Amino acid sequence: MDFLSTLISGLSVGSIYALIALGYTMVYGIAKMLNFAHGDIIMVGAFTCVVAFSTWGMNVFVTIILSVVVCVLVGVLIEKIAYKPLRKAPPLSVLITAIGVSYFLQSTALLIFGPNQRSFPHIIDIPPIKIGSLTISGEAAATLACSFVLMAALSFFINRTTMGKAMRAVSEDKQAAELMGISVNRTISITFAIGSALASIAGIFFGATYGFIGPYSGSMPGIKAFVAAVFGGIGSIPGAMLGGILLGVIENMSKAYISTELSDAIVFGVLILVLLIKPTGLMGKAINEKV
Amino acid sequence: MKTKKQLLNRYMTYIVLIGVFALVTIGVETGIVSRHMRSLLVPICINIIMAVSLNLVIGFLGELSLGHAGFMSVGAYAGCLFSIHFEAVLPTFIRFPLAMAAGGLTASFFGLIVGIPVLRLKGDYLAIVTLAFGEIIRSVIINLDFTGGASGLKGTPQDSSFAWAFSIVLITYFVITNLADSKHGRAIHSLKENLIAAQSCGVDINLYKLMAFVISAFFAGAAGVLTGHNFSILTAGAFDYNRSIEILVMVVLGGIGNINGSILSACVLTVLPESLKFLSDYRMLIYSVVLIIITILGSSQRWKDIRSSLLSRISFKGKGKVKANANE
Repeated sequence: MDFLSTLISGLSVGSIYALIALGYTMVYGIAKMLNFAHGDIIMVGAFTCVVAFSTWGMNVFVTIILSVVVCVLVGVLIEKIAYKPLRKAPPLSVLITAIGVSYFLQSTALLIFGPNQRSFPHIIDIPPIKIGSLTISGEAAATLACSFVLMAALSFFINRTTMGKAMRAVSEDKQAAELMGISVNRTISITFAIGSALASIAGIFFGATYGFIGPYSGSMPGIKAFVAAVFGGIGSIPGAMLGGILLGVIENMSKAYISTELSDAIVFGVLILVLLIKPTGLMGKAINEKV
Repeated sequence: MKTKKQLLNRYMTYIVLIGVFALVTIGVETGIVSRHMRSLLVPICINIIMAVSLNLVIGFLGELSLGHAGFMSVGAYAGCLFSIHFEAVLPTFIRFPLAMAAGGLTASFFGLIVGIPVLRLKGDYLAIVTLAFGEIIRSVIINLDFTGGASGLKGTPQDSSFAWAFSIVLITYFVITNLADSKHGRAIHSLKENLIAAQSCGVDINLYKLMAFVISAFFAGAAGVLTGHNFSILTAGAFDYNRSIEILVMVVLGGIGNINGSILSACVLTVLPESLKFLSDYRMLIYSVVLIIITILGSSQRWKDIRSSLLSRISFKGKGKVKANANE
């Protein structure tokens, strides 16, 4: 039963990573850039939640909606101000700008909330579920359920709607998509909006699972989600889900059975091994280079 | 191939570097340079070495590395452990260069280990492997006993000095520029321009990719040894992912593939944050905004037009003038 509960908490942490990794992978697929500031959107979402719920005493659902709206606004604004002028710039300049944006979000949070970590409110008030001797915490259950609903909704959106079709078209070939009458700028904005909305939900679950939030809390889950996205094959949406969940499970298993301190090293080691065997990630497409 | 202009450019850099070194040394001796500035001299040199060596991988090989600080930390621990063990046996002027060599060689060995998977990967996948490598190194060092664990390695002799650090800067500059100008350097550069064309011309891709990684790691290791001998406690936390990013920013702002640019931006980006300390919490905010603005301006065509029209009005040659001003 110990094994099962470790597995379940791994799945719940993994689905948080998966939600964040989806944002990375969608932005990468469409704008061909690594959005390093994506991890800090989690922090923005979680802080909005703390302020709205604890300070302003808002209702849970209003809080969640507010935090999603704030993150979407921040995400789209970042794209318009910082990334749009760099559409044709070399990828490294875009990367540096993304790092700049990440520092900007962190230092802004530092100025507003101070350097100390704040405790996250008990926003998910669900009693633990007991099945025999197995106990699943309310947070883990809610995280798992919500993440799967969101991922299913996202898959439906990408594969079955016109907008999703436009997104897939832009990620295949920007110019051809534009010739077909798709507005590339609007599609990119929508991608950033969806990615940020998923990140804000991930931020709330992250806060609820770990119980605290600080100005730098977003960077480590951000890096891990980035790893998860690459793990699954960057640019691939099912890959990001699979990569995130696997990463969470591996991390929790190595914490429980090998060593807590070395769990990060093990996660990254497994990543390197997977990339050695399959250089484009688990679900990435291998592209043969043509002369 | 070295053109006359390039050669002149190289000589100018040596002259400017040595001139600055002489001026600063005089300044230190006469007490003009403040105590605070004096403590920055070695870190400036360390950052120059880091930026120039990273530029070999990014600018010449054309691959993105996010784990340069990982090599630095391996080198730092190897060099410091060497110094601690031989402190009683060898005098400083023999021990320190040996420590440097030990650190550099250990780091280049790790460069080789990381370099081998690199042969199969490219682009963002490579970047993530180097990032992962840096994080693995950090968490392994924290969990080992002989490295002092999380509380850090203590008892390293304080051998670093501005003169030592400066000589390593000169050696780094000498090796990297001569490599870049040589047959091997052109082969490395050809991989960046067009991998397939290079391969069909008979360039051994694996050999040259590994060569760039190993040499770059060697100097990162040497810079690590300097760092380790500059502070009384060496902690693995100082070489995390943010440190790699810091060096990456220096390389990109100095100009990818431009070694003089790396030197200049390493100086500016080391001194600037320190001199803005009085702004306390607003410092990082300003830094991030400046970073975003510089990159956006740097790739905007309109700004390039304005700048070139401004520079053409000045009768001096643009590049030399800007550099000379900034070095004053």
